[in-house]
Amino acid sequence: MPWVIAIMVALCVLAAGGALALSNLAASARGELAGSATVQIIEADNDLRAEQARRIAGLLREDPAVTGLRMVPGSEVAALLEPWLGSGEAVDAVPLPALIDLELAAEVDDAALAELENRIAAYAPSARIDSQETWLAPVLDALRTLQIMALSLIGLLAFAGAAAVWLAARNALGGNRDTIEIVHLLGGSDAQIASVFQRSILFDAIAGGLLGLVLGAGAMTLLANRFAALDSGMVAGGSLSAIDWVILATVPLFAVVIAVYTARMTVLASLRKLL
Amino acid sequence: MSAKESAIVQFDNVGLRYGTEREVLSNISFTLFPGRFYFLTGASGAGKTSLLKLLYLAQRPSRGGMRMFGTDVITMPRDELPGFRRRMGVVFQDFRLVDHLSAFDNVALPLRVSGVRERDLAGPVNDMLDWVGLGHRADARPATLSGGEQQRVAIARAVIARPEILVADEPTGNVDPEMALKLIRLFEALNRLGTTVVVATHDYQLIRKVPESLIMRLDKGTLSDPTGALRYPPKRAPSGVEA
Ligand SMILES: Nc1ncnc2c1ncn2[C@@H]1O[C@H](COP(=O)(O)OP(=O)(O)OP(=O)(O)O)[C@@H](O)[C@H]1O
Ligand SMILES: [Mg+2]
Repeated sequence: MPWVIAIMVALCVLAAGGALALSNLAASARGELAGSATVQIIEADNDLRAEQARRIAGLLREDPAVTGLRMVPGSEVAALLEPWLGSGEAVDAVPLPALIDLELAAEVDDAALAELENRIAAYAPSARIDSQETWLAPVLDALRTLQIMALSLIGLLAFAGAAAVWLAARNALGGNRDTIEIVHLLGGSDAQIASVFQRSILFDAIAGGLLGLVLGAGAMTLLANRFAALDSGMVAGGSLSAIDWVILATVPLFAVVIAVYTARMTVLASLRKLL
Repeated sequence: MSAKESAIVQFDNVGLRYGTEREVLSNISFTLFPGRFYFLTGASGAGKTSLLKLLYLAQRPSRGGMRMFGTDVITMPRDELPGFRRRMGVVFQDFRLVDHLSAFDNVALPLRVSGVRERDLAGPVNDMLDWVGLGHRADARPATLSGGEQQRVAIARAVIARPEILVADEPTGNVDPEMALKLIRLFEALNRLGTTVVVATHDYQLIRKVPESLIMRLDKGTLSDPTGALRYPPKRAPSGVEA
């Protein structure tokens, strides 16, 4: 019995740890990119494009939604596009777009951004604002799906754990049927009899829960170290905070509560069949 | 005080059938009065154990009314039954000792169930074991005891909590006549302290040893009282009666 609980708890800790890491990852990715956008002006005529960019920048500087603004120098734009266009004489002939990086006030949402886009369109019909968050949307979507799967997994594990305890309690009940009946006939109340079973399951569940926590947390640490070794900025955003570890430490607590409650209900249900 | 009020047990037209078979008890009506000593006799299979099961609330009757300690136990909520069972002591025909508990712990069970503190247990339990001659076997498991020894543990357990009513099903079936007499004297002592005693037996020698006892007789599931035991006020059984 403690082993079953230990395995359930270890798997739950892993799933919960994964879910928390994913949510941290999503939050940090969103945090880095949120609040920034890029204005793109496509215009073949170099002078006209520069003029449009200047006027748009002037307008945006006045706008309260924009807290920071940087004209991206042409050389930087060229460097950005180099992987696609290559470098050299011929490239100089290709008109590059003008880019303006914006930092947006925190309360700016997609609708406000669309309105901003409408206003600058008056200066340059080709101007577009890309919120960088929208590029990230598919990634965030994928992360969210993974999170939902992890949470469902936790739900399934809790259910399977309760089922395992139910079977174990019924088994113990069958093996002690005579004792239960005797104590019942001597005037033992249902609650008294159930508490005896609860106590023995409680100790099992505590032992299994702690063991499972150690196993699960060990596996989490191992995984975290492996990912840290990848040295990727994205993955680093997924590391667990102290609060996350506290949350993981409550997993065995839930396991104990589920186990004791299930055992109690099982015993009470079978006692109710006696007069 | 009316007869109804002073009764400790009252059966009214009780019938019992197991499953869909014919009734093993039919039209059972009787009243037990506090402080009396009753014998329940009848041939094997007459329904003695079945009647006692109804009495110690292990079995619900198929029909009829039952009152105990002045309360209707048929309509009583289930969670009030344990309190009633604690007011009774039962010697089961098959002893029903808990296999994995020592003789001491078996005898201590009713006290523990009633919430007696551990440090108040040892004295009475050991005294009781001494009384039934098993003081030296306090630590023995039931499996290591003889049939008669197990029966004495069962009796010690039934009387340890000074029940208001003692129900004993063939309590002397496995002991020698000397021990049987000793156990009956124990029941009498308890009876003198106010406990109502109901003993099922077909041992007429034993019945004769308790001259003030009242006799109920079961015959194929119906009850008769050859000595007027069930009348009120109950008539004394003439000593030496052959039922
Ligand atoms: N659980 C049961 N299921 C079905 N029939 C039963 C059950 N218990 C008893 N009986 C039947 O009820 C009848 C009365 O049985 P009971 O045990 O009450 O007799 P008894 O008078 O105690 O007999 P004995 O002196 O042998 O102990 C018997 O015919 C028996 O077969
Ligand atoms: Mg019997």
